[in-house]
Amino acid sequence: MNSSQEPIPQLFKSALSGERRSLGKLLTVIERGGETADTVAGLAHQKAGSAHVVGVTGAPGSGKSTLTGRLIDLFSKTGYKTAVLAVDPSSPLTGGAILGDRIRMDDLAGEDCFIRSMATRGHSGGLALAVPAAIQIFDAVGYNPVIIETVGVGQVEVDVAGTADTTVVVVTPGMGDAVQANKAGLLEVADIFVVNKADRPGANDARRDLELMLDLGHVSGLEEKTGYRPPIIMANSLEGTGSEETLKAIKGHAEHLKKSGSIKIRQKQRILMEIQNRIEILIGSNAKEVLETDLGIANIEAVLNRVISPAEAAKLIVNSILND
Amino acid sequence: MRNRQYRVILAKLGLDGHDRGIKVVARILRDAGMEVIYLGLRQTTGSIVAAAEEEDADAIGLSMHNAGHLTLGPKMTDALQEAGLDIPLVIGGIVPDEDVEELINSGVAAVLGPGASAEEVVSTVSAAISARDQA
Repeated sequence: MNSSQEPIPQLFKSALSGERRSLGKLLTVIERGGETADTVAGLAHQKAGSAHVVGVTGAPGSGKSTLTGRLIDLFSKTGYKTAVLAVDPSSPLTGGAILGDRIRMDDLAGEDCFIRSMATRGHSGGLALAVPAAIQIFDAVGYNPVIIETVGVGQVEVDVAGTADTTVVVVTPGMGDAVQANKAGLLEVADIFVVNKADRPGANDARRDLELMLDLGHVSGLEEKTGYRPPIIMANSLEGTGSEETLKAIKGHAEHLKKSGSIKIRQKQRILMEIQNRIEILIGSNAKEVLETDLGIANIEAVLNRVISPAEAAKLIVNSILND
Repeated sequence: MRNRQYRVILAKLGLDGHDRGIKVVARILRDAGMEVIYLGLRQTTGSIVAAAEEEDADAIGLSMHNAGHLTLGPKMTDALQEAGLDIPLVIGGIVPDEDVEELINSGVAAVLGPGASAEEVVSTVSAAISARDQA
């Protein structure tokens, strides 16, 4: 009996009714990609749209999973059903992965939450489609909030985190000085900073560097434009300190998004990025096929004979496809 | 050849802190191209069942070094059956040869004793999964 052979609409219906195993199987379908995954994503899209999406990101070992575990617990106590998508890298050599985030989210027995580990599987394109689809399906079956946990390296991870409704960036003491804090990237997309392991030496330095960075945003007018200054929370997730404050900050940011109307902008951004990713993948996956057609062969020939350059050939091919 | 990415849950069930072996096994399976969802120490049959459902696992590997395998092994297969999960269970660790038959009879798919090579670990887990797929 192979799980993938069960009809999708049936699985979806049973996932909607709260059947966890069906939800687990649908997530597998989404991970595998292709037409079936698109069908699932399509079904989910019709029902989704109410969950608050929280991105939790930071360097490996910064305590993202431990913090996430604490948040699940706190959300659950206030009546929220949390779903977590924990993304970890696959080995580029073997395609295998060790997904260990669940270890840090222990002690959640009996709580109404759903944790799924996802490996990056080597191709960022696949992940760029699988993550939004997974969010949609969690949302569709009634989980709110949906937490996406990623290591903050790589463009896709930054994109995923950056397009969440609320992005929590976890840093630890000793992450570097103010210059590091001002480098473009992950820190820019943060809505909330958590300085984790704040019992360790250097925690106050980390806080000061972040404050300084945010002050510059104040000077440059960024803060005024958004009407929001990311809070910095000192935490020790292992002990649980700072988790309540983080929860409050997430709720505060959600409130700000609603009041300022930027929630609509974020949602639109997310959709825009998803469609753009899909277009790129659609066109990209056809590239090899096109090269095997008469049009492709003619252009390859022309490049070989040095009549046109590879760049010109690519433009000619793309233009003739788009004009079709 | 495998037609899909295998996802395997590894856990220590009950009070048993010997996790050196299971970490080695996690690495062996990862290097064989599998996705290992590592649950770590002090799991219950309930937490393993929940993880298996949420992660849509293809197999579950339990490491046993506390001589509790004849109690805990059947408890795990019972829990899986009760939840309606048809997922092969592989037990590894310190299991005396004379206990293997009893474990197999209780529904355990395979037992990997001390001295099992990396190849054996991979082929046993793969075989257990493809046997389930063809059933």
